[in-house]
Amino acid sequence: HIATSLPLPSERDHLRPRIDLVVFMIDIKSKYSLKNVETSLAHVDASFFLGKVCFLVTGVGRVNACSIETNAICKLGEAYCSPMLFCELELEGVRVATAQRLLRMLQICAGYIPGVSALSFVSLMRNSDDD
Amino acid sequence: MDETVAEYIRRTVLKIPRDEIKTMLQKWGFLSEAQLQTLNFHQIKENISQEVVHLCEENSADIKQAAVLDIIYNHIYQNKRMWSVYQMKKSGEELEYFDISDFKKKFKGTLRSALKNVTITFKEYEDNAIWIRVAWGTPYRKPNQYKPSYVVYHSQTPYVFISASVLKSNLPLLCQALIVASNYHDIREMELRSHSLNSLKDIVFKRYSQNFQTYTPKPLQGGNVEPENADIRIVQENRSEKERIHRLNQEVFGGGLQPKLEFAQYRLETMFKSDPKMDVLDKKEPFRCLVKFSSPHLLESLKSLAPAGMADAPLSPLLTCIPHKARNYFKIREKKGLLPRSFVSP
Repeated sequence: HIATSLPLPSERDHLRPRIDLVVFMIDIKSKYSLKNVETSLAHVDASFFLGKVCFLVTGVGRVNACSIETNAICKLGEAYCSPMLFCELELEGVRVATAQRLLRMLQICAGYIPGVSALSFVSLMRNSDDD
Repeated sequence: MDETVAEYIRRTVLKIPRDEIKTMLQKWGFLSEAQLQTLNFHQIKENISQEVVHLCEENSADIKQAAVLDIIYNHIYQNKRMWSVYQMKKSGEELEYFDISDFKKKFKGTLRSALKNVTITFKEYEDNAIWIRVAWGTPYRKPNQYKPSYVVYHSQTPYVFISASVLKSNLPLLCQALIVASNYHDIREMELRSHSLNSLKDIVFKRYSQNFQTYTPKPLQGGNVEPENADIRIVQENRSEKERIHRLNQEVFGGGLQPKLEFAQYRLETMFKSDPKMDVLDKKEPFRCLVKFSSPHLLESLKSLAPAGMADAPLSPLLTCIPHKARNYFKIREKKGLLPRSFVSP
């Protein structure tokens, strides 16, 4: 399901299946994109932040067009304890690889991989710098 | 043949991309087909141009013919120049019969009576467009062939498209000649400029697809909002919003391709409204500011702003009024008392 922002329109509530993973896409070329994600985050139930939320930063290939500092984005990821993926949608190889990663995460979040749950992502988030 | 003419022809040919030289020379028609056959178009342009000049010498070309070649080049590469639009006004309402030779005579007469040293060339095209090339001199100097002005006039319309040369002082004289020749009594410059001559024509002749208000009791279902999303596994949560934006966009911009403009300029002379605590400006004077939007295709990019999520729909009327007000230069002044805010032209 694709949405431009949260909260989701209520008229489709009854048509919506269970949500296993929320991916927030931030376009590094647009400050508005970051702001939109920040406001939408407020509408997410706290239980999702146990591994069912992930940030996808796009447009990283165009270094000259960056409007958002990587620092700000990393802080966001830390604040919400959620993984941060970086990709460039315009490159097919990167696009496919990112899609595969997201799919894998989704499988885990939906419970299709025995022995691994979404909570594992939280422990993987620990940065080596922190210790 | 005059050396200056030879040099001018040589430089004009050098401007043409190599693959186009033959067709352009054929369009020119000054060299015979037999002469064109003798040219080797597979060598470097330097040599091709020399050979062309040589052939022109055989035919004793003068500046008049060279000027025609220049018009042909500029007609094909019209988008390299910046065009301004002028509108003429008639005193009466009668539609007079347009006589092209009368037009030419009066035009030449007016210009020559003021300035002896001018080169004037006409060429008519099928779409009723009359192209005029004027090379300007001074009372003491021969015309500068490298900085001519071009005028495009459609005889059944009050519009003239001018690509002035750098020598702006000749503009009033050019305008004078135009109104005398075409039997109008006044001419004014519109605030409309672009490199794309065809787009300017589309705007003033209203040839672009505009949306006329049709009465529909219920909005038509969907339309093709996202034709590329044929994958049914993708669900758009904000479909109704997307459709609203699409519908608003259609209403404002119409369905077809927009005319091609490169920029829109807004000159603001309004008061700066800041937080009183910030106290940015002490003086109670209008804050002068110039806002310029540039784009390879301004109107198409404005049209795609809302669907791309970069702006809210509907867009500001200051942006969307550009084609139907036929202007891309605006001056915005402060609201004065009870008068509604208007786009004031200079």
